[in-house]
Amino acid sequence: MFALFFTFFLIGLFGFGGGYAMLSMIQGEVVTAHHWMTMGEFTDIVAVSQMTPGPIGINSATYVGYTAMVNGGGAPWMGVLGSLTATFAVTLPSFILMLLISKFLMQYKHHPIVEHVFLGLRPAVVGLLAAACLLLMTPDNFSTPTESPWQFYISVAIFIGTIIACRVYKMNPIHVLLACALIGILLF
Amino acid sequence: MSNSKLFQTFFHIGLFTIGGGYAMIPLIEAEVVDRRQWIAREELLDLMAVAQSCPGVFAVNISIFIGYKIRKTPGAIAAALGCILPSFLIILAIALFFHQFQDNPWVARAFRGIRPCVVALIAVPTFRMAQTARITWTNVWIPVLSAFLIWALGVSPIFIIVAAGLVGFLYGKFIN
Repeated sequence: MFALFFTFFLIGLFGFGGGYAMLSMIQGEVVTAHHWMTMGEFTDIVAVSQMTPGPIGINSATYVGYTAMVNGGGAPWMGVLGSLTATFAVTLPSFILMLLISKFLMQYKHHPIVEHVFLGLRPAVVGLLAAACLLLMTPDNFSTPTESPWQFYISVAIFIGTIIACRVYKMNPIHVLLACALIGILLF
Repeated sequence: MSNSKLFQTFFHIGLFTIGGGYAMIPLIEAEVVDRRQWIAREELLDLMAVAQSCPGVFAVNISIFIGYKIRKTPGAIAAALGCILPSFLIILAIALFFHQFQDNPWVARAFRGIRPCVVALIAVPTFRMAQTARITWTNVWIPVLSAFLIWALGVSPIFIIVAAGLVGFLYGKFIN
């Protein structure tokens, strides 16, 4: 249990670059270094983490914590404790760090240096958001015209429909998401 | 603004964030910026830069920052808990009761509909944020170049953030 806490504390502390970068760290620690689970089990965890709501880092920490304890011979309640430990440990470092940074930024928000740094950052963040969007335009998410024309064209229609619903009709993203899930169930 | 309202709002956001941290941005924009008006759109841009350059989970970092801004440390705890709890409970339920979740055909079909929707949901704030960041014909190369470096060449977003911050700093110091 202590090893679990320590491992996820380190992952939280050095896990730069979001969920996917974190996954490869978790894999290195949990599968390769500690042998808490097999690669197959880890792959299943990644699949479930991507499919369920919530940040991927939190989802995988919760699931890995559970599986590691149960694989080690623990009862399900030990697994729950393992989930709690891993999730708490992975958020603790960024929690402390973000509190310090928040405090600092609120104090020096109007300092000219801080203002200029953010003036440079804002256009770049727009680029980051665009990159996140481009990186998600994969055959995995849209299929391809040759592989499955039906799924591909419906996916493109969903993509365009979502943009129109949000931009023109100002619909709430949660409602659009639920509608698309329903479309998926009905059409695929 | 009460802590329980903060918790509720982020619980709601966490529950519908599907597909990683950036999928949270359109939800935060709708709930926190437009509906509750806790922060301005410009602040959301700033704290995205901060959250991206800090270690840890992007979405949780953002919730901590917003929570702190509204109700100091208790607010940060309330927002972070709200953001984490839905994933925690859902994953535990799957681990305990539905091992075969990912093989369920209904779930798989729903997700084929959700995935292109999530990509579009991230595309929408990109253009709104471009207005907020005051992107014009003279500086449009910055987001285009950043996106290209990350998408095509696999450059880490952290390098982009550090470089952009440095350019802003030098610009303010020597040119302005």
